[in-house]
Amino acid sequence: MNSAFEPKIVAYCCNWCSYPAADGAGVARLQYPTNIKIVRVMCGGRVTPALVLKAFELGADGVLVATCHFEDCHYIFGARKAADVHKITEKLVNMLGIENERLRFDWISSAETTKFAKVAKEFVDVVRKLGPSPIHNRAAGVK
Amino acid sequence: MKIEEAIKKSKAYLCLECGKCTSVCPVSKFNRGYSPRILINRAVRGNHAELARDKNIWTCLTCKLCDEHCPADINCIELTRAVRFTATELGEEAVCSHGGAARSLMRIMTTPALMPRRMDWVSKDLKIADQGEFLYFVGCLPYFDVLFADIGVETLKAARSTVKILNRLGIVPVVLPQERCCGHDLLWSGDLDSFRKLAECNLNLIKKSGVKKIIFSCPECYRTFKVDYPRYGAADFETMHTTEFLAKEIECGKLKLNSLEKTVTFQDPCRLGRHLGIYDEPRKVITSIPKIKLGEMKRSKNRAICCGVSAWMNCTVFSKQIQRARLKEARETGADLLILACPKCEIHFNCAMSETAQAPNTQDMKIDTLNIVTLVSDLLKE
Repeated sequence: MNSAFEPKIVAYCCNWCSYPAADGAGVARLQYPTNIKIVRVMCGGRVTPALVLKAFELGADGVLVATCHFEDCHYIFGARKAADVHKITEKLVNMLGIENERLRFDWISSAETTKFAKVAKEFVDVVRKLGPSPIHNRAAGVK
Repeated sequence: MKIEEAIKKSKAYLCLECGKCTSVCPVSKFNRGYSPRILINRAVRGNHAELARDKNIWTCLTCKLCDEHCPADINCIELTRAVRFTATELGEEAVCSHGGAARSLMRIMTTPALMPRRMDWVSKDLKIADQGEFLYFVGCLPYFDVLFADIGVETLKAARSTVKILNRLGIVPVVLPQERCCGHDLLWSGDLDSFRKLAECNLNLIKKSGVKKIIFSCPECYRTFKVDYPRYGAADFETMHTTEFLAKEIECGKLKLNSLEKTVTFQDPCRLGRHLGIYDEPRKVITSIPKIKLGEMKRSKNRAICCGVSAWMNCTVFSKQIQRARLKEARETGADLLILACPKCEIHFNCAMSETAQAPNTQDMKIDTLNIVTLVSDLLKE
């Protein structure tokens, strides 16, 4: 396997918990890999299968969906919806033949800056071991 | 194909501007902004770049009803398709319903290296083979059932029923685990590149398996294999739709069916009907069931109305109006069961009936739906 391979990872983070956690991790100067490209969404419940599949289609090696904990959700039921929708996404990704490990769902509150850094590190390591995504059919991919 | 070429091929220059296409178009009836006549007119007049950037070109259902009525015999949908190819070259894209999930699924499948895990639907009582002469092409049904679980459709029932009937006739069909989407929807939404890749994948798989006959339960796959694949690669096999196969088998008395005391009506899928001219076979299958009564809708066979959306594009309030009108028409026949032959019809009609938020009183359009293959397999005599 190519040792110089650096995975490209798209992270959908919710505006109220996971994104501030990533922000906080930066402010606290916690080290986490730069492979993670964050897309801020208002709520994890907005992350439809379409968004995750689009990232894979454009050549992402891994996709992370991070939301609030259920009881912290800014929109009360948004995080639960995100978890429900994620089950559908998982099934589709698995059916397509993409490794399950390339998709991760996690709950990161705005205070859990260290958790964000930890999840990012773990996920990048996992995807690095898996190697590049087999999907490279579009020239204009995730840079 | 360039638009100029398509104008010649579709004979669009013969347009008399009589407007019959627009007056029968199911979209134009509700959406005043769209008119096939104007599309033809603009294409013939020139300025194709401007035409290709018009959002209305994605609105057409390509149901071919306009072509059926055209006195000049213009192939309007062929022209629409060419305009869409040009639009895609210019970087335009249709609005994909479901946030683009369906389109991403299809585009991801163009990767030859991917090994799909899509065979969970094959239950233990079904016998399938790895090699043989007879292939059953399933299509995207496993994906649909995950994506549309919330509206309660189960399009895979048709797949199980097909295999069950084939088994009953002593045929153990090959089902390819690495099968890709046929590419129908990408082709009709202008993405010729991805379509070619999918066609290549499928044709290679089929060549390797050495299959001679392919049966389809989805009319869209059937049309694509029969009409579009030969243009892009050698297709050395025989194709047939389940209804054609069933009609033949029932006629020679190989399938015995139980009776069903119900009035039913049949929705002609546009791909099976107007695109391929198969109207009688499904009717033969239905009327061969003892005691069943087939009531025809006001507009049936080559006048049938489409289920309202095609290729996952532009599902709008107009689509819902088309579906509502069609479901009401089905109920007016006095039928208590609407027989469908296409998974897309199943999805679209069930969606229209389930969306209570958009249609506050769905009572006048509620009707049970069933795929024609499932109808037959449920009535098989033991």
